[in-house]
Amino acid sequence: MSTRRTLQSAPDLLADLDAEAMDQGKLQTEEMLINMGPQHPSTHGVLRLVLRTDGEMVLETTPHIGYLHRCAEKIGESVAPYQYVPYTDRLDYLSAMNNNHAWSLTIEKLCGIQVPERASTIRIIMAELNRIASHLVSLGTYGLDMGAFTPFLYTFREREYILDLFEAVCGARLTYSYITPGGVTDDLTEDFVDRCRAFLDYFVPKPAEYNQLLSYNHIFIERTAGVGVISPRDAIAWGLTGTCLRATGVKWDLRKCLAYDIYDRFEFEVPVGLPEGGVMPVPPGMPPVVVPAGVVVGDSWTRYALRIVEMYWSAHIVRQALDRLPAGEYRAKVPRTLKLPEAEIYFEAENPRGQLGFYVVGNGTSIPSRVKVRGPCFNNLSIVSHVCRDCLLADIPAIVGSIDIVLGEVDR
Amino acid sequence: MMNRAPVDILRPRWNPAYFRRAQRGLALVTLALVAGAVVGRLIAGALFGGHPPALILLSVLPALGAMITLAGLAALTFWRPIARFLRRFAVVVFYAAVVGLVALVWVVALAIDRVDGLARAMPGGELTTDAIYHGLPAAIRFRVVSWLLWPLQFPIVRDLIALVGIVGFINLFAAYAIWWERKVAGRIQSRLGPMRVGGWHGWAQSPADGIKLLGKEDLIPAGADRVLFRLAPYLAFVPAVCGFVALPFGSGWVFRDLDVALVFVLALVDIEVLGVILGGWSSDNKWSLLGAMREACQLVAYEIPMGMALLVPVMMIGTLSLTRIGDAQQYGWHSWLAFQNPFAFVAMVAYFIASLASCKRAPFDLPEAESELVAGFMTEYSGFRWCVFFFAEYAAMFIVSALCVTLFLGAWYSPLPASWGTGLANGGLAARAIHGVLFSGPLWFVAKSLFLIFMQMWLRWTLPRIRIDQVLYACVQVLLPLTMLVVLGQTLWQLLVTPGSAVAVIANVLCSLAGAVLLGGFYVLMAHGLLHRRRLVGALAVDHLPGA
Amino acid sequence: MSVEEIGSVLSERFGDAIIEFVAAGLHPHAVVAAGRWHEVATFLRDDPRMGFNMLRSVSGVDRQAQNELEAVYDLIAMAPPEGSREGFWAARHALAVKVRTERANPHIPSVADVWPTADWHEREAYDLLGIVFDGHPDPVEDEAGRHPRRILCPDDWQGHALRKDYVFPEAYGGIPGRSEIDASKPVK
Repeated sequence: MSTRRTLQSAPDLLADLDAEAMDQGKLQTEEMLINMGPQHPSTHGVLRLVLRTDGEMVLETTPHIGYLHRCAEKIGESVAPYQYVPYTDRLDYLSAMNNNHAWSLTIEKLCGIQVPERASTIRIIMAELNRIASHLVSLGTYGLDMGAFTPFLYTFREREYILDLFEAVCGARLTYSYITPGGVTDDLTEDFVDRCRAFLDYFVPKPAEYNQLLSYNHIFIERTAGVGVISPRDAIAWGLTGTCLRATGVKWDLRKCLAYDIYDRFEFEVPVGLPEGGVMPVPPGMPPVVVPAGVVVGDSWTRYALRIVEMYWSAHIVRQALDRLPAGEYRAKVPRTLKLPEAEIYFEAENPRGQLGFYVVGNGTSIPSRVKVRGPCFNNLSIVSHVCRDCLLADIPAIVGSIDIVLGEVDR
Repeated sequence: MMNRAPVDILRPRWNPAYFRRAQRGLALVTLALVAGAVVGRLIAGALFGGHPPALILLSVLPALGAMITLAGLAALTFWRPIARFLRRFAVVVFYAAVVGLVALVWVVALAIDRVDGLARAMPGGELTTDAIYHGLPAAIRFRVVSWLLWPLQFPIVRDLIALVGIVGFINLFAAYAIWWERKVAGRIQSRLGPMRVGGWHGWAQSPADGIKLLGKEDLIPAGADRVLFRLAPYLAFVPAVCGFVALPFGSGWVFRDLDVALVFVLALVDIEVLGVILGGWSSDNKWSLLGAMREACQLVAYEIPMGMALLVPVMMIGTLSLTRIGDAQQYGWHSWLAFQNPFAFVAMVAYFIASLASCKRAPFDLPEAESELVAGFMTEYSGFRWCVFFFAEYAAMFIVSALCVTLFLGAWYSPLPASWGTGLANGGLAARAIHGVLFSGPLWFVAKSLFLIFMQMWLRWTLPRIRIDQVLYACVQVLLPLTMLVVLGQTLWQLLVTPGSAVAVIANVLCSLAGAVLLGGFYVLMAHGLLHRRRLVGALAVDHLPGA
Repeated sequence: MSVEEIGSVLSERFGDAIIEFVAAGLHPHAVVAAGRWHEVATFLRDDPRMGFNMLRSVSGVDRQAQNELEAVYDLIAMAPPEGSREGFWAARHALAVKVRTERANPHIPSVADVWPTADWHEREAYDLLGIVFDGHPDPVEDEAGRHPRRILCPDDWQGHALRKDYVFPEAYGGIPGRSEIDASKPVK
């Protein structure tokens, strides 16, 4: 049993009834409007999905967002760039380092600030560690949505060690404000490199465990393979980025295609969705990830599995960065009140959930006149109304969970 | 140890006024009951001539009540040293309580047995307290004891005691199964589970949760059907309790030895569906309704393979009576019905899977799927009503495990043949105790059922959830044909293979070996996990929790 | 294609519709007349030389000084790898398009049928700035006319929050919006 797209939910009870009566709407079918959210265990935040269902079949999904709107863009028009860094933390709060990184790069490009190499390397270490942490949350909660309670605890156990590393460096576990325009706020602690290496040695065998427990579990594959298939054309048209785009087979990663910061000096592969039997590229020495039978390119299983492989590669990048960490300054000399030129810039960085873009319009003062935050999850979520049609109710968490949204970024 | 513990800001602070009021109330009630017992003794002696029922009602019961309230008063007054003692010796207290309960059950059974023996020896008429007094062994020859044992000659009293025992067992089992499940879940998830409440491994978590649930606000949703909303939990719970009526815990340890016990139990477990559907429908909540509809689908669908798999041992023994099926497995490991032929083995596995679905356990826990339906049909239930639903689920879990044990896994017999223990069975008290532990007895029954329940928990915390269409597909297109094949195979086996022939013996030996290997494998896994737990959890693991 | 070449192709093709083309700087952009924006958008997506298949972002900007509202469309052309199916997609070129409209009665044709990404982005631009996108696939009809449905604010919210002259309402549905102390302070 694998194909499930054209499913007949109910036996054909209406077969012997008058077709004409049905067409003219005289027949009363039982359609329910079900509200999923804003508080719901599997919508990953305050998201409201209004489902029009016929029994277990979902006919139409309408997402309603805005429950977490905190006027981030309006605030951007009243604070200086350096002061805006904590607000970027709270966009996609699970990958705060990456948000800070994107914002800092935007301002540095706008103002022409050169960042020392040590600072850049530290930034990449933090960004990739945060990518691992973010993917761990995504995998764990996805397993939880599917009813597998245990991988959630395992991934959070690993994440605790990453959060300990972050806490050592900047004192915070979730909203770091560590990467700022000019560099980073403080240098690494003395034992950071050793602790990070110890963590990587501990962590690297773990994704294989998750594969055993969850990815290759027959029940899990049945729930997620072939569910929520997105074609590459749809993905690009709807503005999907990140893992959702790569799962459809489009090999597009900003760290490679439009390399920013010093990502071009690191060696890493970018996994894409493969048909069944395909072998996803992993760093040397890791067990390969083979796509099981029943999986279609662009389905939920592929989106989920890509995150596991990306964790391997992020660990690989962190190792390279630790090896090549140069001595030097951890900050560039940036004036206290940074005056933005009368120019504008749109810059995107590759976050764990997609491409986070900032459009900043400077007007010669120290406060921007417009800050637009292009959250990747905003676009990723918009495809839900297109994909979650004619599927079963139990497929909704499977699809929404695999798209991996954080409402902080959707609503800003 | 207590002196070094930091001040626990979560420790409840009792209102001293209520405390004193409770103490005074208990003291007054104790005195009143003692006075009542004395006066009752006098009245019973004077007005009723020492007739036992009067004695019991007027004197013994008040005296017992006084003892209970006195114990309560002592617990309340000396709670601090008691708490210290409990914290210090929690393990000992816990195990002592378990052993004590088992001993209590055994003593009551012995008393009933003894009184029964005396009543049969008495030619007609009632057993008097004198007869009981003289029939007692010297160690416990007291008038009080004979008064206490006198009511046991009446079947109605015996039935009541047995029912109290059953309901008590279900409640205790459900409460502590929940605690056990949380510990098992914790360990599987690389954490510890409840650790605080009561000290040692949070053993008091269940009673504490029960008290909390009893104190919760009684909420009924505005648009709910009030009558059905109140009725639904009991419709789920009561049939599960009634199922225990026909369930034999040991030879002679059955409330009613029905000839159609198997069908009776299955039918009662099925009525639980009504409670779930009503609960979901009357909640005025679309999500609950969905959960209830899924539940109805799933349970009813899986009854068929369940029933068909259970046909196999019925065919083998030729009776629906659970006691007789159990007795047929008294000849040791190889006589257990699961190991008779491959079809029985497969039938056991099929039954186990079907029973998982019928108990709404993961991977079939769609009706209570947290991530989709919040809590399924139980969403709107809180407090005691929710408690009743939960107890119903655990009671059903025990029943289906008990059925599996009775029909496939040797019922209440140990892997050793019962014939080796006939000497012990007829000996004195101590010999009979050893016989119960080694060869046959309720302990084996409960232990085996608990093992299967552990399997259920293990599966729940490992596997993800199956979608409803896949659940029904698995039932109709996988499990049902499998069970049909198994029944057919068993029929042919019985027709074509004579018992005792080479084929039968070889099949028996092979299946027994397979069963033994699987069980051995389980213990090997356990040992491996125990020895390598550090490596499995991780090099950076910390051993103990602060405050634990 | 370089940005200058794109500029010349556009000017050739659409003439006056391309009001301005800025190729130099950090954010090369074309300023397109609102009336013909849909045509230009279709051309930008479909023409093989252009090939702007991904609309990254639609940002509404309040140019108070010029009494205009502006929608900035950031586009990128992603090209599949030549020949083999392996290999990275290439970023051919990136361009921004600015469409300006008057503040009093802002109307811009919707390009949600060209790039479905624009659906939600345009709803947000309407919600926060009040730019009405004509032809949007999810319209709502009320006393303000036919406009895209709001996305972040509640459907009955008054005002457009990101405008420079926006004053936060005193209350919404009984919930106080500004305290008396706030009300006495001047709004920046």
